[in-house]
Amino acid sequence: MTPEQQSGSMASAFFALLRRDLLLAFRRRTEMLFPIVFLLVVVSLFPLGIGPSPALLARIAPGVIWIAALLATVISLDGLFRSDFEDGTLEQFVLSGHPLTLISLAKILAHWLVAGLPLVLMSPLLAVWMNLPIESLGVMVLTLALGTPILSLIGSIGVGLTISLKRGGQLLSLLVFPLYVPILIIATAAVMAASDGLPYTAFLGLLVAGLITSVTLAPFAAAAALKISLS
Amino acid sequence: MNTNATTMNKDKPRKNWLVMFIHKMGSPPWFYGFSGKLIPWLWAIFAALTIWGLYLGLVKAPADYQQGESFRIMYLHVPSAWMSMLIYTSMAIMGFIALVWRIRIMEILAMSSAPVGAAFTIIALASGSLWGRPTWGTYWVWDARLTSELVLLFLYLGVIGLYNAIDEPRKAARAACLLALVGAVNLPIIHYSVKWWNTLHQGSSISVTGGSNIDPSMLWPLLIMAFAVKFYYGANLLTRARVKLLEQDKRKGWVKKIIKERES
Amino acid sequence: MLSVSKINFERYFEPVFEPVSFELKAGQLLLVTGSNGCGKTTLIRVLADILYPTSGEFLRRTDSMGYVGHYLGIKDDLSVIENLRFMRDFLGTSRRSCKDVIRQVGLGRVSEQLARTLSAGQRKRCALARLLLSNTKLWLLDEPYSNLDQEGVNLVDDMLIAHLETGGACVLATHGNHRPNWAGTQDCRLISGAAA
Repeated sequence: MTPEQQSGSMASAFFALLRRDLLLAFRRRTEMLFPIVFLLVVVSLFPLGIGPSPALLARIAPGVIWIAALLATVISLDGLFRSDFEDGTLEQFVLSGHPLTLISLAKILAHWLVAGLPLVLMSPLLAVWMNLPIESLGVMVLTLALGTPILSLIGSIGVGLTISLKRGGQLLSLLVFPLYVPILIIATAAVMAASDGLPYTAFLGLLVAGLITSVTLAPFAAAAALKISLS
Repeated sequence: MNTNATTMNKDKPRKNWLVMFIHKMGSPPWFYGFSGKLIPWLWAIFAALTIWGLYLGLVKAPADYQQGESFRIMYLHVPSAWMSMLIYTSMAIMGFIALVWRIRIMEILAMSSAPVGAAFTIIALASGSLWGRPTWGTYWVWDARLTSELVLLFLYLGVIGLYNAIDEPRKAARAACLLALVGAVNLPIIHYSVKWWNTLHQGSSISVTGGSNIDPSMLWPLLIMAFAVKFYYGANLLTRARVKLLEQDKRKGWVKKIIKERES
Repeated sequence: MLSVSKINFERYFEPVFEPVSFELKAGQLLLVTGSNGCGKTTLIRVLADILYPTSGEFLRRTDSMGYVGHYLGIKDDLSVIENLRFMRDFLGTSRRSCKDVIRQVGLGRVSEQLARTLSAGQRKRCALARLLLSNTKLWLLDEPYSNLDQEGVNLVDDMLIAHLETGGACVLATHGNHRPNWAGTQDCRLISGAAA
């Protein structure tokens, strides 16, 4: 087999896997709603917990929405590799000769499309609930659009490491939340800057840099983690 | 999976002392014997330096004109904070070596580092918060140093938690080593983002160790203490690693031989 | 195709089986036998690159392998044909159509059903169909006969012999007495590491 043919089959493997994961998610579409409902419930608890003062809500809105998105991502992450690990599909992937890194990347992308993108799409509603100034709404959506893929990418490493544990989900949050700290800081800072009428493009640039770095590094680490978990 | 590898090594022995050292380290009986000879020395140097450093720091150094006597917590806090970062780095490096070259001793050393590092982190956090009481008037301020120490503690707890959650020891060690490595890549980013976050939100006051103009009579004990805790780390690490090694190899010939020698 | 020398795997610092050595050439079948818990599955997983041997070396001349293990790798939420179509597109090496292999393994009547509705034997046949799609020289089969009726056992044997006749090789682990009728069969009786 020539190298050209091999890379061709790698691309088709990537898209076959992406298509399959999306189809599987569609077959269980009610489960797709859980993270979104979770996000809505968590955010709605804040006005109930600290009072409906519009000024106060606007002040904490970026942090609240982002932390809710973080939590929603982590509860959805467990499904990233779980079923493929448990029914032996992952072993088939290892034996297929395709790099596990590529397989991880396809699965992470599918996970983001199913669990991350809906969070981004829901965020305008949350922003309205939390009385976020309308001029920072666009920045809020943008930070989530750039940030949630990073959450899926970094999260995939944690899932890869905990997948062989029966109760891996509880440990997962301990593993990934510290790693999420920089994203939380930068993203909320961007939204706050926009609310205060300050320049925010530098923050978005940092998020783009983070996205590029995690796209290049995280799938390798996730693949290594899966390899360890399979042993 | 090169079948020629073993025969090639036989032809050219003792090429590079570092490679030889790592290979020797990889042999459990050699490591056990070597570390056994080293440990008493490390403890002795640690004790001598600590007594000297604490004497200079707690007795000889004058009280601070701003903070009074409370600044002396520095001699515990600062070395611990430095060690917490250093041990994480060393754990990640050992973890990297363990993952790439599959050296079991390195897995053991990396995993033995985690509790020591976590302990230093807790000491740094506790002493920092005790120091905060007279300085800030409160036990906890979301100051950059304390906040990054807190995140570092979570990273340590993740490594320790993962290591203990997986049953098979070698698989557990490899998973935790990988996590340590991922954490180490993120650590500078976390550190600087927290630092920057702290300047962005002007809520908290100056850092406790803000003054860089420190009198030599106060600085020397700090440096001695910083040096002393490194020997503590070495001694504690090797002691833990020896115990873990004996535990893992309890059915192997070399351990049985040691037990027999001890009994007779 | 596969050359193994003194391979060993430790779990909890105990060797799972006594060191294993063998040489497998094209057209040869290695029959791995032994009692329960002697490490047949572990050996197969080491050869499959899922586990890393604690000591010993092995050399394999193929990148991809066909594998049927205890967990079959079939998605419950996809139909039989969807499962196989995915694997065909994913592997990208198949020379046969999905319908064709489904007919060969005798799942023609249930090909549109979701895999969750299949019996254990039918699931095994589905995994065998995937093996036919994989178009790999080296097969690693872990208890391929379990859950299958007599007709299914014959199916495995026919598949195996066709594979070996066309220059393939296979490592087959089984605890049963059934032996495929093939001249180029080597035996490898695993001895549990704990027994030594």
